[in-house]
Amino acid sequence: MNEVVTKTVEIDSHSINFGPQHPAAHGVLRLILEMDGEQVVRADPHIGLLHRGTEKLIEYKSYIQALPYFDRLDYCSPMSEEHPFCLATEKLLGITVPERAQWIRTLFSEITRILNHLLNVTTYALDVGAITPSLWGFEEREKLMEFYEAASGARMHANYFRVGGVAKDLPAGLEEKIFNWAETYPQFIDDLETLLTENRIWKQRLVDVGTVSAEQALGLGFTGPCLRASGVPWDLRRAQPYEKYSEVDFKIAVGRNGDCYDRYLMRIGEMRESVKIIQQCLAKMKPGPVKVQDRKFAAPTRGEMKRSMEALIHHFKLYTEGFHVPAGATYTAVESPKGEFGVYLVSDGTNRPYRCKIRPTGFAHLQAIEVMSKRHMLADAVAVIGSLDIVFGEIDR
Amino acid sequence: MIDFLFNTTLGFFILTLLKAFALLVPLLMCVAYLTYAERKVLGAMQMRKGPNVVGPFGLFQPFADAIKMLMKETIIPSGANPVLFLLAPMLTFGLAMIAWAVIPVNDGWAIADINVGVLYLFAISSLGVYGVIISGWASNSKYPFLGALRSAAQMVSYEVSMGFVMVCVLLCVGSLNLNKIVMAQQTIWFCIPLFPMFVIFFISTLAETNRAPFDIPEGESEIVAGFFLEYSAMAFALFFLGEYANMILMASMTTILFLGGWLPPFGIPTPSWMGPIWFILKDCVVLFFFLWTRATFPRYRYDQLMRLGWKVFLPFSLFYLVLVAGVLLAFGWLPHAA
Repeated sequence: MNEVVTKTVEIDSHSINFGPQHPAAHGVLRLILEMDGEQVVRADPHIGLLHRGTEKLIEYKSYIQALPYFDRLDYCSPMSEEHPFCLATEKLLGITVPERAQWIRTLFSEITRILNHLLNVTTYALDVGAITPSLWGFEEREKLMEFYEAASGARMHANYFRVGGVAKDLPAGLEEKIFNWAETYPQFIDDLETLLTENRIWKQRLVDVGTVSAEQALGLGFTGPCLRASGVPWDLRRAQPYEKYSEVDFKIAVGRNGDCYDRYLMRIGEMRESVKIIQQCLAKMKPGPVKVQDRKFAAPTRGEMKRSMEALIHHFKLYTEGFHVPAGATYTAVESPKGEFGVYLVSDGTNRPYRCKIRPTGFAHLQAIEVMSKRHMLADAVAVIGSLDIVFGEIDR
Repeated sequence: MIDFLFNTTLGFFILTLLKAFALLVPLLMCVAYLTYAERKVLGAMQMRKGPNVVGPFGLFQPFADAIKMLMKETIIPSGANPVLFLLAPMLTFGLAMIAWAVIPVNDGWAIADINVGVLYLFAISSLGVYGVIISGWASNSKYPFLGALRSAAQMVSYEVSMGFVMVCVLLCVGSLNLNKIVMAQQTIWFCIPLFPMFVIFFISTLAETNRAPFDIPEGESEIVAGFFLEYSAMAFALFFLGEYANMILMASMTTILFLGGWLPPFGIPTPSWMGPIWFILKDCVVLFFFLWTRATFPRYRYDQLMRLGWKVFLPFSLFYLVLVAGVLLAFGWLPHAA
């Protein structure tokens, strides 16, 4: 006869509820960690605590109104999130952005990259127990936020990249300010690196922790610094250049081991390259229009509105009805600081997107936590989370 | 009056109490201002100001903090064992205070000038781990439990190498009396001939007091606050005070064992009342290093800390102990050598 064998498996582990209120959870990550003493046996990330229904909301907004939602996705790198939506809409509309606007976008994409990496590298250090970098970094970050504010009026949620260009031209004197800052910034990176890069404890904590091979990284859908740390030289700025990236000279940092330390080095390297791109942008930028001159897509100036009837009508139509986008679909992605950030935009010919699927960068990275922190210590799991650069705004959307 | 204080039992009791007050009140003030100094020093290193609102240069900040702590509600978690839960901070604080009984701040200025001073200190600082374990256990919560486990392992492993370091010093002095240890350094401070031991001792004190880079038991970004996660108000404050008093204690031990206690540097002739001032100055230097390391280093991982303790410090201090003993024997420098 069939004998039913019941086995009692004794599981000697306890689970820890890591987050959502945890200093190292980087927002609202909830991680159920099954532990074997100090070792992580299983890491189960729970998402959705910051879900705001962005994608659905966008379907009920005109293209102009939809844009600010993107700032609020990855609030560490707002302009890079606006970027793919602008590019996608422009692609569907078939319009080309003027030269200067492209340079400004490139410039601010790189400022955003530094803004993001500064926050990540320094809070990452905080996770690993070094408190000073974060305070130094915030000082520097403040300067970048001031550039944001000068250009767009807002420190974080800029709403600066618009369909057809940028909201307005850079104010007088900002270019020199950015130039002067770019002169001093490499010195700051050097200072930051003296605290971390060759620090023995820092290396002991990060080298060979959370290693991801190139195949694994590709399989898990890694992009950005996390993918490049594993030795895959893939960068959308180089692979499919958008804006002015084909006209600037920059290197791409590629790692070898795919561990936490390499991911840190990638970001430091990228910050250095971003400074070079910023300097080139400033050198190559020429005065000119910053929006398409087609009044169907870009609002007329205030002064024009006071004088011209058509301008007033255009303005009114633009900010009430918006513009109609020809039916079609596009997937457009940019290399955001965290990796490939893309928008799959479907238009049905109306003034509102039919569907706007956002490809967040962190989502793919988040799923790797399980693989990366398995059989590591609890402290390593924290380092892994820090190295992945996760922001819940974009993951939960 | 003097006769009463020195020659009757009751008088002796009162005298001891007075002495204890004379030591503990300044000590608690030092603890308060150590927290202030920490915030100021870290502030300066991190390009910010630190406390500067309460009183001139923020000097009243520690008192504001103390008042805040006193006013708050002591929350005892429902799953906790209330007796042990409240006992743990008292134990930690009490032990941190008791240890001071044998610390001489000047020639003969100790409440109890006992012959086994070093052993006493060692015993008391070892007992400190009980406060941590009890709090971790009594909280009945996972993070404190992990913190307590980490802390217990850490304190035990670092005490071993600390012990060997102390034995090195004791070999050179030939006495366990703290007063005699200081007096033995009149020609040269032990931090020079025993420099490697001095470094190991300093690092071990960092680990012993759970300071960065060994703040693993409270590892803020991993186990949030570790063993005192569930504590609030005065119970928390007692842990806090205990930790800082322990820092000063460890700095004082470093001063006594390696930096010549109250002796002036380079044999500068100073009046004997300057002794405590030298002592405090040396303490301040050591404490500054405590704060400096906190601003500079990331945190060790639990297993790395264990590895450092057992695989690096222990063999090395053992080796150095044998070396010191051998040198002392070979050159006939052993104190009280027959």
